Amino acid sequence: MDAEAGGAVERAQSGDSDAFRLLVDQHSRAIFRLAFRMTGNEQDAEDVVQETFLRAYRQLSRYEARSSFSTWLYRIASNYALDLIRARRRHEEKRERGNSEDRDVLQSIPATSPGPDRIFYGGQVKDRVNAALDELSAQERTAFVLRHFEGLSIDEIGQALGTGTNATKHSIFRAVQKLRRSLEPLVGTAK
Amino acid sequence: MNHLCEEQLVLFYYGESAEASGIEGHLAGCEQCRADFRALQLVLNTVDSAPVPERGAGYGEAVWQRLSQQLGTRKRRRAFSWWIWAPATVVLVLAGFFAGRLSHRAETTQTAANNQQVRERILLVAVGDHLERSQMVLAELSNAPEKKGKLDISDERQMAEELLDDNRLYRQTARTTGDTGVANVLDDLERVLIEIAHSPSEVSSDQLSELQQQIESRGLLFKVRVLGSRVRDEESTPLGEKDKSKKKM
Repeated sequence: MDAEAGGAVERAQSGDSDAFRLLVDQHSRAIFRLAFRMTGNEQDAEDVVQETFLRAYRQLSRYEARSSFSTWLYRIASNYALDLIRARRRHEEKRERGNSEDRDVLQSIPATSPGPDRIFYGGQVKDRVNAALDELSAQERTAFVLRHFEGLSIDEIGQALGTGTNATKHSIFRAVQKLRRSLEPLVGTAK
Repeated sequence: MNHLCEEQLVLFYYGESAEASGIEGHLAGCEQCRADFRALQLVLNTVDSAPVPERGAGYGEAVWQRLSQQLGTRKRRRAFSWWIWAPATVVLVLAGFFAGRLSHRAETTQTAANNQQVRERILLVAVGDHLERSQMVLAELSNAPEKKGKLDISDERQMAEELLDDNRLYRQTARTTGDTGVANVLDDLERVLIEIAHSPSEVSSDQLSELQQQIESRGLLFKVRVLGSRVRDEESTPLGEKDKSKKKM
């Protein structure tokens, strides 16, 4: 049974933990898929799932039925994932700067993520797609994932991320442009 | 004839174009735009091939189990304030201590050892919960977005206030029992919790980055995570298999 249609949200808002459990059960796999597509790794995706439901529980009284419950959850999850990606990139940049002196040593250690040469020779489509997604900025990736995989409209994405419709559109356009640049050589089309 | 631009094609692909019928008509008569649209479709369809690890039917239940631990901790905290918890915990620690000494004098019997392990286990669960909740506060602030204007951190501030009392107690206990490593981490944690608890409900981006810097410079989030997982590991070790000479907490 659809937990939302069964009044689970209202019951959860009035403190019924079984109702919240139903909502977790109904939405957790979708939130995991979204989180994985945004972050690109399972551990982070699990963190996002956990944190999303924790925040949802704490902010349940603020939920108003103007949007569907799943859209509201997507909003929480995508904002948290966005922060996580940005924090991680900041951290990596900082570490990169700090380690610049050790770069020569580090370069002699094999990378754990596939480098361009491995991707090229391995020829694996999924690696290329993941690498192409990694090249997007956090904002572009989030907007693209919500539009392409989750089917949210551009207006809904703008509301969820607190960006205007035009800015959202441009994030998606830039994402598609970058993906085409990375993947067209692979799929054999030339623009 | 003007050809369609990429932006028009992207909106058309996602069904968000306000001029869909015009674009359809154009595509029907323009080979070049049709080829361009096919190329776009091909790339976007390829993106769909990126696999996502599957989560089984029991996933929701697993998420709920982890979540209810955290939520349950909060409910318990509201029901029992620190002045009920603190003496109870001290009693547990002292009971464990004396039970250990007595049982040592009397050539430790298996039952006495088990009783002590049960007491330590209860304390471990409490410390594990405390570290988990502390980690949540630190992670939320560390990952808070950089925004112009003020950011509301009243939830984190309130949690930090609640955590402080427990933290003092656990830190003192760890010092008393000679567990210096744990005591040092709790000491660092306490300084940051005090900063958070004394911050205003809404902070500017400068105040936020100052807090983030404090958390980062001490490597606190990492230390709390490591200590938390050590405690959880000990918690999950079956009682009978615990080495009697194991490290405390």
